[in-house]
Amino acid sequence: MRPEVILAFLAMAAVSYGIRVAGYLVGTRIPNHPRLRAALAQLPAAILIALVVPMLAHAGPPEWIAAGVVAAAAWFVELLVVPLAIGVVAVVLLRAII
Amino acid sequence: MTRRGYRRLGGSWHKALMSSSGQPSATDAFTAGVVRCLPVGLGVLVYGLVFGALTAQKGLSLAEATSMSAIVFAGSAQFVALGLWTVPPPVLALALATFLINFRFFLMAATMDRVIGDWPRPRALLALFFVTDENWAVTMAEGERRHWGAFFLGTGVVVYASWLLATVLGYLIGSVVSDPRQWGFDFAFPAMFLALAVAIGRKAPAPLVWIASAVAALAADRWIGGSAPVLLGGLAGAGVAALRAGGRRAP
Repeated sequence: MRPEVILAFLAMAAVSYGIRVAGYLVGTRIPNHPRLRAALAQLPAAILIALVVPMLAHAGPPEWIAAGVVAAAAWFVELLVVPLAIGVVAVVLLRAII
Repeated sequence: MTRRGYRRLGGSWHKALMSSSGQPSATDAFTAGVVRCLPVGLGVLVYGLVFGALTAQKGLSLAEATSMSAIVFAGSAQFVALGLWTVPPPVLALALATFLINFRFFLMAATMDRVIGDWPRPRALLALFFVTDENWAVTMAEGERRHWGAFFLGTGVVVYASWLLATVLGYLIGSVVSDPRQWGFDFAFPAMFLALAVAIGRKAPAPLVWIASAVAALAADRWIGGSAPVLLGGLAGAGVAALRAGGRRAP
């Protein structure tokens, strides 16, 4: 293993881990105010939407329709593997058709 | 739970998952986290194979590729790092790119107090290493439960093991899955995040929060990039939730 390569990885690792620790420590210091509690409670959903919407924006009609199918499947089936499998199959079929 | 204990409980797996007090133990929660995260682990595995194959093409040794996945443990940042790769490696550029791409972990980690806040501080800080998009999302979708922290560790171990195993396999067997698109695997991640968003959204519908998040994320994606869509989208959604919490009880 080349030392300069490992040094680069250690730098990346320190940055990644440091961000997580900083975020956590800030999270533990958020005062127990109703507004901040509400914000923190909705943060996970907001982050997930913010992750997925740009991904879909870069895609096209097959992915958009498949996303609708996934959302519908996820609404009725809580077991993650079901909407996931349906989505992957749907997107392969839709890409072949459209 | 021993095999004998399992039989004593009449072979019911549901009862076998309960400790003697009738409550799920930390081990059971850990196991539940592993199981819930398995489909996600499959998606990570596919991308890890592609990543492992790329590291070989870039001239990394197997030990180097494996240690990168083992200590950095951040998929998208690792892909981008390979894109920037030169020999000797541009350490500052790599660190900066990692910062921009992984800054979203800041927001995710900020939600972890509810999950691991009751642990001793050193253990909680160590566990933060396992915060990635995929298993953090599974943990949040699971919602508050007994031994939520142990559940989270279970999800983290699945993603870590998949990523590490796939890096090694991808390096050794090369690009068997050179194009995940062909099999629709590229859609696994959007599908997963969407399904988990729906799972959370069903329990606590907040359409205004989602719209704010989506609009901010799209704008940030168009004009800034990096982690900005997740960061600004998350903050916009949380901001709307905070504003709405003032007027009415329900956010």
